[in-house]
Amino acid sequence: MTAIYLLFILILAIFVGFELIRKVPATLHTPLMSGANAISGISVLGALVLAGGPQSEYATWLGAIAVFLATINVVGGYMVTDRMLAMFKSNKER
Amino acid sequence: MDIQLIINGTYVLSACLFIFGLKLLSHPETARRGNRLSALAMLIAIIVTLLDQQIMSFDMIAVAALLGALVGAFAAKRVEMTSMPELVSLFNGIGGLASVGVAWASLMADGVSTFVAFVSFLALVIGGVTFSGSVLAWGKLSERIVGRPIVFKGQVVTNIAVLLALLVSGYLLVTAPNSLNMQLAVLLIALIMGLLVVMPIGGADMPVVISLLNSYSGLAACAAGFALKNNLLIVAGALVGASGIILTSIMCKAMNRSLVNVLTSGFQPVVTSDMKIEGEIKPLSADDAFYVLEAAQSVLVIPGYGMAVAQAQHAMKELQGLLEENGAEVAYAIHPVAGRMPGHMNVLLAEADVAYEQLFEMDEINPRIDGFDVAIVIGANDVVNPAAREMKGSPIYGMPVINADLARNVFVLKRGMATGFAGVDNPLFFKDNTRMIFGDAKDTLNAMIRQFAD
Repeated sequence: MTAIYLLFILILAIFVGFELIRKVPATLHTPLMSGANAISGISVLGALVLAGGPQSEYATWLGAIAVFLATINVVGGYMVTDRMLAMFKSNKER
Repeated sequence: MDIQLIINGTYVLSACLFIFGLKLLSHPETARRGNRLSALAMLIAIIVTLLDQQIMSFDMIAVAALLGALVGAFAAKRVEMTSMPELVSLFNGIGGLASVGVAWASLMADGVSTFVAFVSFLALVIGGVTFSGSVLAWGKLSERIVGRPIVFKGQVVTNIAVLLALLVSGYLLVTAPNSLNMQLAVLLIALIMGLLVVMPIGGADMPVVISLLNSYSGLAACAAGFALKNNLLIVAGALVGASGIILTSIMCKAMNRSLVNVLTSGFQPVVTSDMKIEGEIKPLSADDAFYVLEAAQSVLVIPGYGMAVAQAQHAMKELQGLLEENGAEVAYAIHPVAGRMPGHMNVLLAEADVAYEQLFEMDEINPRIDGFDVAIVIGANDVVNPAAREMKGSPIYGMPVINADLARNVFVLKRGMATGFAGVDNPLFFKDNTRMIFGDAKDTLNAMIRQFAD
């Protein structure tokens, strides 16, 4: 039953995603992708629990590596997106 | 139990913030706020996750997170805007690999259920494919390896064999999730698959590959979320997955091709057209072009990847300023597949300080393109090729293009007379209203700027 419940969340989230992303103008597609890079670093949440958890040493190491990688994505993704979005200016602002 | 309730309740809040963040991305004015909202959502989620009572030691976490943050910040600060496609590719790969780590570690636990074993298998596969595919795409984009499609004899048979091997090893892994050998086997096969998927794609199709891998990196996080039964991983991963899918479909539509066609293009025989496009090339010097520009009331700039290669965007912005002082209206028309990733041209022009109101999409500009006195094509070829509209039998017939040839005058800034990626001659170069200005785009633009100054 858990599987079905998780599947429900997945399907609904995909539909929300489609509706939201469809409205992003082409001019912002590169920042959209780098922002998506940052969001896909969400696996850091799973990695944190595994890295600090009571599992075998092996699993702890894998978790720590995953924390490292996911943090690169989160920090790098948000920072580079912010850097790009700061460049988009309107005629009024200049 | 209470802590779990707090954690999951906060995840709901985080999910809402992610969604609002993406919603604000619908306009350049609010986009920056949207990105920060999304970052806030991530921060809240991370902090509340650290409350989890399963976590006993923070040492490893602190070191790993600090190192990751340093590497990420360094990359974000240092990257050139021309290299964004490479960076996004790398980030796609890193995201995929992080999900591999999470799924792999969750397979190590005792008493893994069949369901968890199956979704962890999926996460391993999607993450592995994303990682190796992205690294290969990064190599192609940064020209560390050859950019054109790589095809070898028996590739189709190899692909089928690898797929079968994956299914068998997947079945074995699900029945014995703790087996280190099977875990390694699945991962290895996934890595090989990623290479095989990206190898036969290259050149002008790279925007599709990046978008697709972007989507996979989200789906890998999604699958890892299933393995951990973590709702926020599923929601955030699904948002990324959906974003990548939409961008992939936009890219395919802009090339008038199906996704299957793009993925298998390396295997198809090269389409050659026996139609002869004949005509006379009419070259023009930058100095003479200036007289036309000086008299123009409206100028349309159509940039392609060649503009980024020549680093001509800053010179173009300077020329734009002079044209505007001279009373002309300047607009930019950007084809969806101009550049090496979706929206790449827009970022380069924004960096050169061009206002976003002056950047137009193909569908906005085409209906009024005949009103422009001059269209300047900088380093673009296929995306302005009128053969797509008027020559049945051309390899790119049917592809939506910017109808540059309908402007009153067309200037094509081009290095020499090589053909573009599709290998087709461009009849635009022979049109009566077209003048070719040969040479480095930046030098040409600078020559025009000097003329204005005099």
